[in-house]
Amino acid sequence: MTKGSTALGAAAPDPAADSVPILEAANITKRFGGLVAVNDVTFAIPRRSIVSIIGPNGAGKTTFFNILSGLYRPSEGIIAFEGQNITRRRPDQITALGVARTFQNIRLFGTMTATENVMVGYHARMKAGLFRSIIRPPMTAREEWKTRARSRDMLKFVGLQERALDEVSINLSYGDQRRVEIARALVSEPTLLLLDEPTAGMNPQESERLTDFMIRLRDERALTILLIEHDMKVVLGVSERLTVLDHGEKIAEGEPDEVRANPRVIEAYLGKQG
Amino acid sequence: MSAIAQARANLTPSFLRGERNRRIAGRVAAALLIAFVAILPLFFPLTASFVNTSTIALAYIVMALGLNIVVGFAGLLDLGYVAFYAFGAYSMGWFGSAYFVKEGSEASINLFAGPEAEGQVGIHLNFLLVILAAVIICAIAGILIGLPTLRLRGDYIAIVTLAFGEIIRVVAVNGEQIKIFGYELTSGKKGITPIDIPALPGYGTLPIQDFNLRPWYWLAFAMVLLVLFVNIRLRDSRLGRAWIAMREDEVAATSMGIPAVKTKLLAYATGAAFGGMSGAFLGAYLRTVNADQFEFSFSILILAMVILGGLGSIWGVVLGAAILSYIDRQIIQETGPNLLRDLGITIDASQLGFGVFGFLLVVMMVLRPEGLLPERRRKLEFEEGVGTGSESVFEARAT
Repeated sequence: MTKGSTALGAAAPDPAADSVPILEAANITKRFGGLVAVNDVTFAIPRRSIVSIIGPNGAGKTTFFNILSGLYRPSEGIIAFEGQNITRRRPDQITALGVARTFQNIRLFGTMTATENVMVGYHARMKAGLFRSIIRPPMTAREEWKTRARSRDMLKFVGLQERALDEVSINLSYGDQRRVEIARALVSEPTLLLLDEPTAGMNPQESERLTDFMIRLRDERALTILLIEHDMKVVLGVSERLTVLDHGEKIAEGEPDEVRANPRVIEAYLGKQG
Repeated sequence: MSAIAQARANLTPSFLRGERNRRIAGRVAAALLIAFVAILPLFFPLTASFVNTSTIALAYIVMALGLNIVVGFAGLLDLGYVAFYAFGAYSMGWFGSAYFVKEGSEASINLFAGPEAEGQVGIHLNFLLVILAAVIICAIAGILIGLPTLRLRGDYIAIVTLAFGEIIRVVAVNGEQIKIFGYELTSGKKGITPIDIPALPGYGTLPIQDFNLRPWYWLAFAMVLLVLFVNIRLRDSRLGRAWIAMREDEVAATSMGIPAVKTKLLAYATGAAFGGMSGAFLGAYLRTVNADQFEFSFSILILAMVILGGLGSIWGVVLGAAILSYIDRQIIQETGPNLLRDLGITIDASQLGFGVFGFLLVVMMVLRPEGLLPERRRKLEFEEGVGTGSESVFEARAT
């Protein structure tokens, strides 16, 4: 396994390694036919930080996310995760390396229970193949049992009630569905977590709890988090760095206060004045 | 979420005791059913037509459970399943008869094929070895047909697999003209016959079908038990979860670390392997392998069994396969024609088969679209419209 997969909670703090960004994307361009959804974006995520991508609707944020997680292949550009080129890797390979994600519109497996959903998230760390699944030797039975226990612990960690653990996921409340999605991503032992609008549809109290939770993940589990978010209170509350996309281009980058004062950002959000 | 589903969810006992009781009750019921089916032929004469029908029904159950892995678990609509019946049956024909022989040649290969095949020309492998060969050949064929469908979904997979099934049938029909090392690939509609009578280790050669059907019935029953076991184990495994996840939302599944290609191909290979196993058995049981057996309608018959019982529901598929087998063999091919003849109606009742199956499926779709014994997930899909994400990862990545 790579160094990245053991980093969760157990990595020895290495000041030299800390200065290397966990993920670097260089000159990423994505074209859909004639439409340029992402245009020449260069971007880096420092280790153990929370970085946000913001921008108006249709700015290419989610497309950029899908490129990072392997769902889209970029038309141009290179992505490196932990120093490895992952530009042409499949999504499942990228997940196995230690990148996990959630979706803007929740994409749980509707007919599975909360626990089963999270168990799917652990797929890449399990070993049972076709024959072991059929014969089920003790090691496979143990693996299955441990995965279940681990998934349930993760669900409790993200704040799901005991009685919701075996509930079919479509019957869960909206907030619980978001929690299950985050648990499903976290259980795969990522070092980089991609959250696509995690507070969409949440009330202010819930958003605030999620903000605290993200900070806890970074501090206690040494996670790096990349966030797409519309709620400025959340963005300014957690992010060390902001990147602003508009029409697929990066128009600003930096610390929250700098970005907030940037005239191009104000223009993108509010339109040109005068 | 609907109020009804909410109410039902509240009524379902989720505490452990209730679930454990239900699981024990289920196991007892399964054990009783298995015991009953095992002793069933003892109540009938040695060569009763009911035992004959039941043996074929058991072989069809094996196929339906195999197709259930592909269609029910992994959600890949396969309309060419008959191809694996053909591969399995021809494996039996090739490796268990005097088929591969040249004029005047004495060449023979004989591997534990029992005293019957002693001194015969051609290739004669032991029945179990042929089954193994059929399983391997079909698993490979399953992967080969699976490969071009990987980028497709839903209806498009159905079309490609349908075409594959037809290609295999046409090749089988015209196999007389296809010469490999001077041997004909198949003997087309003339058929390869007779097939060796299986010899099982520890039992010896099975009796001829005209004499005693019971050992054949039990052999088929043993295959059903094996396939049931594999189905149940796979359903409750890492791989089974991956199939269901892929079926419901391929994009989310791959983002959670499930390799799409490998997972789908494993479903195709496993499903095909059981089609081949059952095909090889049927080749030996019917004692002939004939290109007429591999019509497209056979794929539909097996698929109808899976749908009637309930996609993805193991016991449902067993029930659906049993019902349709008996309707097909007993009512349409025996009782029906006799009844019509007695009534003085002179039409070919076997041609009515499609009408009967069509009518049954329409009735099912109206009254119970989720199947006779629906699986919990499928029921949710029907009631709540969950799952069935329509995006394909490959589509997204190709652009």
